[in-house]
Order: sequence, then C-alpha cells, then structure tokens
Amino acid sequence: MKRLNGIRLLQSKRAQNKQITVLPLPKRVRLPMLMHMGEPCVPAVQAGEYVYVGQEIGKAESEQSVPIHASVSGTVAQISEYTLTDGRQVPCIEIEPDGMQVIHPDCVPPTISTQQELADAARNSGCVGLGGSGDLTYQKFSRQENITVLVLNGAECEKHLASDLRQMVENAEQIISGAAMIQKIMKIKEVLIGVQSNRPAAVQALSQAAESYKNITVCPLPPLYPQGEKKVLVFHTTGMVVPEGKEPEDIGVLVLNVSTCAFLYQYSQTGIPLVERVVTVDGNAVPKARNLLVPIGTPISDVLNHAGCELDLVKQVYSGGTMMGVSYPTMQASIVKPQNGLIAMKTLPKEKNASDCIRCGRCVRVCPMQLNPTDLDRAYQLRDVRTLTALHTGLCMSCGCCSYVCPANRPLTDTIRQAKTLLSNE
Amino acid sequence: MHKLSLESAPHIHSKSSSTLIMLLVILALLPSAVNGYVNYGRRACLILLTTVISAVVFEAVSSFLIRHKLTVKDLSAVVTGLTIGMLLPPDFPLWKAALGSFIAIVIVKQLFGGIGRNLANPAGTAWIALYLLFTKDMTTWRIPDSGAVTRVTPMLTGNAPYWDLLLGNYASYIGTGCAIALLLGAVFLCFAGILSPAAPLGFLGAFALASFASGCDPLSEVLTGSIVLAACFMASDYTTTPFSAFGKLLFGIGCGVLAFLIRQFGGYADSAVFAVVTMNLFTPWLNRITRKRPFGAEILHKRKKHMANQPENVTI
Repeated sequence: MKRLNGIRLLQSKRAQNKQITVLPLPKRVRLPMLMHMGEPCVPAVQAGEYVYVGQEIGKAESEQSVPIHASVSGTVAQISEYTLTDGRQVPCIEIEPDGMQVIHPDCVPPTISTQQELADAARNSGCVGLGGSGDLTYQKFSRQENITVLVLNGAECEKHLASDLRQMVENAEQIISGAAMIQKIMKIKEVLIGVQSNRPAAVQALSQAAESYKNITVCPLPPLYPQGEKKVLVFHTTGMVVPEGKEPEDIGVLVLNVSTCAFLYQYSQTGIPLVERVVTVDGNAVPKARNLLVPIGTPISDVLNHAGCELDLVKQVYSGGTMMGVSYPTMQASIVKPQNGLIAMKTLPKEKNASDCIRCGRCVRVCPMQLNPTDLDRAYQLRDVRTLTALHTGLCMSCGCCSYVCPANRPLTDTIRQAKTLLSNE
Repeated sequence: MHKLSLESAPHIHSKSSSTLIMLLVILALLPSAVNGYVNYGRRACLILLTTVISAVVFEAVSSFLIRHKLTVKDLSAVVTGLTIGMLLPPDFPLWKAALGSFIAIVIVKQLFGGIGRNLANPAGTAWIALYLLFTKDMTTWRIPDSGAVTRVTPMLTGNAPYWDLLLGNYASYIGTGCAIALLLGAVFLCFAGILSPAAPLGFLGAFALASFASGCDPLSEVLTGSIVLAACFMASDYTTTPFSAFGKLLFGIGCGVLAFLIRQFGGYADSAVFAVVTMNLFTPWLNRITRKRPFGAEILHKRKKHMANQPENVTI
C-alpha cells in the first residue's frame, strides 16, 4: 500500500517506560470554563459552595459544549478570569481541595444500550478528545449513522509524549472493552487500532487483550510523524481516503483516541465523569520525565514542581508535543482535558533567521498531504487568493513537517496557517 | 510574573541549513578541483580563486546596490564561482573568468531576485556566454603531462584510453577531467541526502544509451567534456530543476537526449551545459505536470471540466 510522507523524529521517548503515577492533590485547582473545541461553559456554582468530585460546576448550555466537573472535593474559593493560550478570556472556577476526594452521590454507572444513550453518556461525562484534539466526543456518536469502521488512534507520534502509550500498555483491557462496547452499540463491523510499529509493548498488550474478540485488530503504522492526524491515520489503517473538506465520519469511519476509549469504558462502569487525565511531563528542564495522573485544573507550576523542575530556570513551556504544541505566555495556566503533554524547556530554540527559499523541495517531499508548501508560501506573500485556493491550502493540518525540514528556516507552517485565515476571510 | 518565551509550533528544527548544504556541495566539488590543480598547476588555482572571489564580491556589491539582504553567508556564490572556474580551460584569461562570475551572479541570479529565483543555472548560463563570446580561448586546452597547448581534445576525437579519461589524464577543463573525483563527490552528496540521484542517473543513462544507439562508444562519450560535471552538479541544482523524483528523472533524461543531439548534430562538441540550461527552462512546466494531487483533493481542473460536460443524470 502507498504510504504518506512524513519525517523521522527521534523515536525513543524518555517517558515511554515510566509507569503512570498519581500526582498528590494540589493546594488549589483552577478550572477554566473552556477546555474543548466549541463554546465555553457557564459556572453553575458560587464562591463558598462545597463541591464533590464529579459534581457539575460548568453548565453546557450550547450544543457545542460539554459540562465541566469538579476534579476535587472542597470549597469554591472564587470565580476568576482565565486567559487561554489563544488570548481569549473565560471564567475560571477555583477550588480549594479538602483532601477527602468525596465523590458526588449522583455519580452512578449509566445504562448504555442505544446509540442515543451512548451519546448522552459521552456528553454527561464531559468527554472530549483526549489525544489533544479537544473535539466533542458525543457528537461523534449522536450525529453519525452508517459507521462501518471504528479506528482507535494510538499513534502518538510526537517526540516526548507517552501518555497514550502508557494507557495502551497498562490499560489495554479497558481500551479493548470500550471499543467492544461502542462496536456493539453502534453496530460497527470492524475495529482497527493504529499503533506505530516501533511500539512493541503497546502492540503486544493490545493484541493480547483483543485475542478473544474477532473483529478487533491492531494495525501497525509506519514509524513516521505525523500518524495521529485523522486523515493520515484513516488512510494507513483502512486504506480509505478522506476527501477534502470532509471528515472521516462522512465516509463511515469513526476515529477515537485510545485514552478517550478507555475513559468511556471507565465511565460506563463507575459513572465518574472526566476529572483526571494522564499527562506526560518532559523537556530538558525536567530532570526525570514521567507520566502523571493529574486532576483536571491542576496549575502547571504544581505539576512541574512535582516533577522536580526548577521553575526559575524554565524559559519556555508548551502544552502538547514539540511539533504542534502551543506555548504558554506565563505559568498561570492549568492542565486541561485534551492536554496530553507538558514540556518545559530551560533553553530557547536557536534564533530562526529565515532566509530566501532555495527551492530544495524538501517541504514538498515531506508533506503528508502532498501539498507544495514553498509555492503556498510564495502565493501567500503575494496574497494571491486564487493560487492559494488552487493549491488546496485548506488541506494543511499544520503538522509542522515543512518548517521542521526547511534549510532556509522559513516559518512555512505559520505562513500556511495565515494563508488559511486569509482564505476564510475572503 | 514569570514571563515565558512565546513561539509558534514546531518547536524543534532539523539540523539542515542552506549554508551547510552549500558547504557540502563545495566539499564534493573539491576533489575534482584539486585534480585540476595537480594537472595544470598554479594557473588552474588562479582561475578558480578568481572566479570564486569575484563571484562573492559581485554578490556582495550587487546585494548592496539593489538593496537585497546580504546573502554571501550562505556560500551559494562560492558554489557558483567554483563551478564556473572548473568549467574553464587552464589558460583562460583571468578578467574573462571574472566576467563569467559577473554574468552568473549579477545578471542571471541577482537581477532575477537572488537565490532561489533564477530561471536557469547561473554557472551554466555564464559558461555559455563565455563560450560564445570567447570561443577561441574556451577551446584552447593544455595536455596535463607535457604542458603542450592543444586545440584537439579526446572530446572531439573520441579516442583515449578509458583509464586516462577516468583519471583526467587528458586535455580538458580544469575541473571536468577526473570523472572518478566528480562521481565520488556526487555519491557523497547522495549519502548526505542533498542530491537526489534521479537527475544524474537519467542524464548519464539517456546520454549513454543514445550514444550507444548511434554507434558511438558510450563510455568515452560520457567521460569526455563536461557531461559528468553537468549531470552530477548542474542537473541536480535545487532552484532550476523539478521538485519530485519523477520530475528530476524526466529532467535528466531530457538533458541526456539534448546533450546527445547537440553533440551529434549541433556545432558544439561540449553540449552538456547547453542541454542543462535549455532544460532549466522546462522546469516550471515539469513541476506542473509532475505535481502530486493533494491528498483527498478533487481531481485537477482539466478532468473536472470534462466531468462538467457530462449530462447531469449520468452517475460516475
């Protein structure tokens, strides 16, 4: 089968063999009311109120939103403002934990037997795409019909991240049970789990857990970056091509991250909504990389402190991996639902002085979407909307491969991102 | 408050840089240049120094005059100057050699917008200009061993032992004699991931095949003149050749066929550079026809038009 292009990143991850450990409760958690793609929630509690673990504190009034739950039991200290990485301001509920972690009495296992119930459960659990996308998971179940294949995303091809990898190794059974549950309810014929071929531990654990299921198979992915992007993943597991402007769901493929799948299974068993997640902490400011189970809303400074990182020396922190992660302007931020990694660096990357393109064609050769970044770059400099449209700018998924390989240091990914904005404003 | 550095993704970068690429190309060209020095002595060295230094100076001065960013640091002018020098006979007048650098750097490269924007290979175009302007100087060679001046070269007569052709032991340009040194440099660049073998292989293959088909000895045809240098270092230039491997292969084959035709039926025995510069002009077109369809994108325009002409009730 044909293979899409990509780049080879250093494949060993410091955190790949580190067991998931639990982070001690922080002194205070700060839960921003927007952690997903969509619209913010509305605070449903007041300062001074006592909240339980799993209690709904952010109400999802819009369709484009899922509720947010308290990740600790304790008293609401205040409702403040939180600045997201894109600069937007949203309300933020700050809770001081009492250390008891009392679970809300309403948290009972839901009955899930129809597709609607599955969608409702996914919504009530506050579930979002845990692989970093932050999509609203419930929409994948509620709107879709005629899904034939469920693809589980276990690619996690970014340099440092290992949270999904650890989930696959340690919680393989939950992932498989979750997949089987969704498969049964949605009447899906086949489940494919995409894991990079150079992750033998994960492949082995999943294959073992899936032995007794007939239609669940583990698909090896090439050891390239990017593999976790939906279209690339679907192509490499099922061989199907997602047309431009369409989603995998449109061609009958449902894509779920392995951690999301594991969480949905846990929710169906316990009824405890999404209040904690696994985060890989790494970077050269962190002496020992680790995978931590962190309550949602924990300030990043607490997480870094626990990992033994000297905060004063940190020059740069970003959420997610090194290729697509977003850097934080300050330490005033919390771990949010879709965040799979927290990378702290004590060195700054070398100053990037972009020089003129030498037309070496490296960007053209690495682009997984088979675009031509250098021509897009030139068309954007000329603000040439027609050429940008003809070159299918919209297909770019900002994976960063072109910027990574460019010998002239041109910020191609940024330029194409701006070109997409230009096109959407036209 | 502790301020952190903001930067957009990706946060890591591969180690490649324009300067490093050019440096490796210079390294790959050096063995053959050294061979030129061994064969022709100081005079060859003087020509190479003239072309390299004048290329750098012209680039710096022209950048200043047309208010471009100074791009001397990327070493591309050194590569251009070195290539021109290697394509000159050892007794070529120095001021004419410097004129070659002027044509390459100022006219072909800088006036078209600097690095990455020239249409044709600067060194190649400059070489053609020198060839046409100073034909007599360009066709006066020296025999390495005896130092005797000659106007006859195996390129014209086609008879010399292979071993001499491979080692550069015959009257040739400064840097084109030793095929082994050039091929060694090209292989090194292939392994360094800088040069794609498609264009050189297409060039040499098509040229040898065409020579063989016409009854000439393909090996001595390939080894004489500037065929190997043009195939390995000019037909693989980044700016003036297609992006994709298939495009490069087509480009190389086109060069090989053209070089053969010019040598057989044209007035110039040394046809390789003419072929490369002519094919350079096809590069935009080759890029267009070998462009990959973006993943999942609609079929390109032509087909779509055709589909639009179909009656509406036909489902395809």
